Amino acid sequence: MSLTFQLDGEDIAFTPGQSIMQAARAAGVYIPHLCWHPDFPAHGSCKLCTVKVNGRFGSSCTMEAQAGMNVENRTAELDDKRRTMLQMFFVEGNHFCPSCEKSGNCALQATAYELKMMSPHFDMFYPDRPVDASHPDVLLDFNRCIMCSLCVTASREVDGKNVFAMGGRGILGRRIHINSESGRLADTDFALTDRAASICPVGVILPKRRGFDVPIGKRTYDKSPISEQVKEKAP
Amino acid sequence: MNAPMPLVKKLRVATTSLAGCFGCHMSLLDIDERILKLLDLVEFDRSPLTDIKHCGPCDLGFIEGGLCNAENVHVLREFRTHCKIIVAVGACAINGGLPAQRNHLDLRDILEEVYQTEHLLGRAGIPNDPELPLPLNKVHPIHEVVKVDYFLPGCPPSADAIWKLLTDLLAGRTPSLGHGLLHYD
Ligand code: SF4
Ligand code: SF4
Ligand code: FES
Repeated sequence: MSLTFQLDGEDIAFTPGQSIMQAARAAGVYIPHLCWHPDFPAHGSCKLCTVKVNGRFGSSCTMEAQAGMNVENRTAELDDKRRTMLQMFFVEGNHFCPSCEKSGNCALQATAYELKMMSPHFDMFYPDRPVDASHPDVLLDFNRCIMCSLCVTASREVDGKNVFAMGGRGILGRRIHINSESGRLADTDFALTDRAASICPVGVILPKRRGFDVPIGKRTYDKSPISEQVKEKAP
Repeated sequence: MNAPMPLVKKLRVATTSLAGCFGCHMSLLDIDERILKLLDLVEFDRSPLTDIKHCGPCDLGFIEGGLCNAENVHVLREFRTHCKIIVAVGACAINGGLPAQRNHLDLRDILEEVYQTEHLLGRAGIPNDPELPLPLNKVHPIHEVVKVDYFLPGCPPSADAIWKLLTDLLAGRTPSLGHGLLHYD
């Protein structure tokens, strides 16, 4: 007999060792998330995937599925908290979607649409985050970094290069650093073909000379909401 | 004999563009022939469409643009005092938008570059006519200064999104934008 747990009242099958997120994803059920990526081990930093397991909060990307668990996901209570977290992401960076090349293909934006985020709610920080345009093929616009660490992991684990590192503290201090003497991307062996060049869920790591090449209406999340796409992609 | 038409009180609507580009107002005009239906339901108070200079008591205030100078703040406060419902329309009203991209630069440096040092832009000196509103150090969204009742994102929000919000409000519903109508760009 296959193992199952309950997710918003629906039976979800899982194999031992799978996280709640992995099992839900395989079943085509969307749990809002930002720092989790199916190809990489869970990082557990953004907390957007927080669910309630038998009445207690937990991160669905790091928590192993157990038979008989009762998991709440898209409840008004959890989505309200998630919306607040998204609003914090938006005010802690500089997210001007109309001038962002990632717009329409951005996981942060699509998640904010999904959760009907109508405003940033909080006062803006407008942090000062310089861009790094030194590399011939790739632009780094740190104004939009959500500190998910996916670039760090991809560069280290897949590309074997270790180009990125997370460091510093606080809203204005914590940021991605480039592992080169000068701190510039041009002085690393980073290449457009690296896995890390295409991993960023938001508009930080961008290929140059390719901006806005897909017209509005045809971009990834113009077609259908992010939750629908998880459903469509389920095996 | 025909029964007399019931007198429906029209909603009074004021609109303004603060630190915006009038794009949201253009998008409002993009509702095309629906504007005739709208005029059956609302009448405009202070607005670039009427040229009334000050806002009287209104049901609805549409604010385009963020706050980049002292006058923007005064106008916004006037709207908040006189409008029962304030809607922040468009990216600039909601997060500062394009004008807020100056926020990581020093205001004096910007003024000097534009009016003094950049030879392609003119060297007339930084304007200091007392009639000119003083620029704020940073551009701010309007919710940092007054309570905002509803937000309509987009750069600009589409005519359909504006129409949806207006018809929801006129019908007494909480405005709600579905997929395709809610966008930030
Ligand atoms: S990274 Fe995403 S949310 Fe941020 S400005 Fe770009 S499109 Fe908008
Ligand atoms: S640059 Fe992109 S991938 Fe790297 S931490 Fe920031 S948001 Fe994540
Ligand atoms: S997706 Fe689980 S903590 Fe970020």
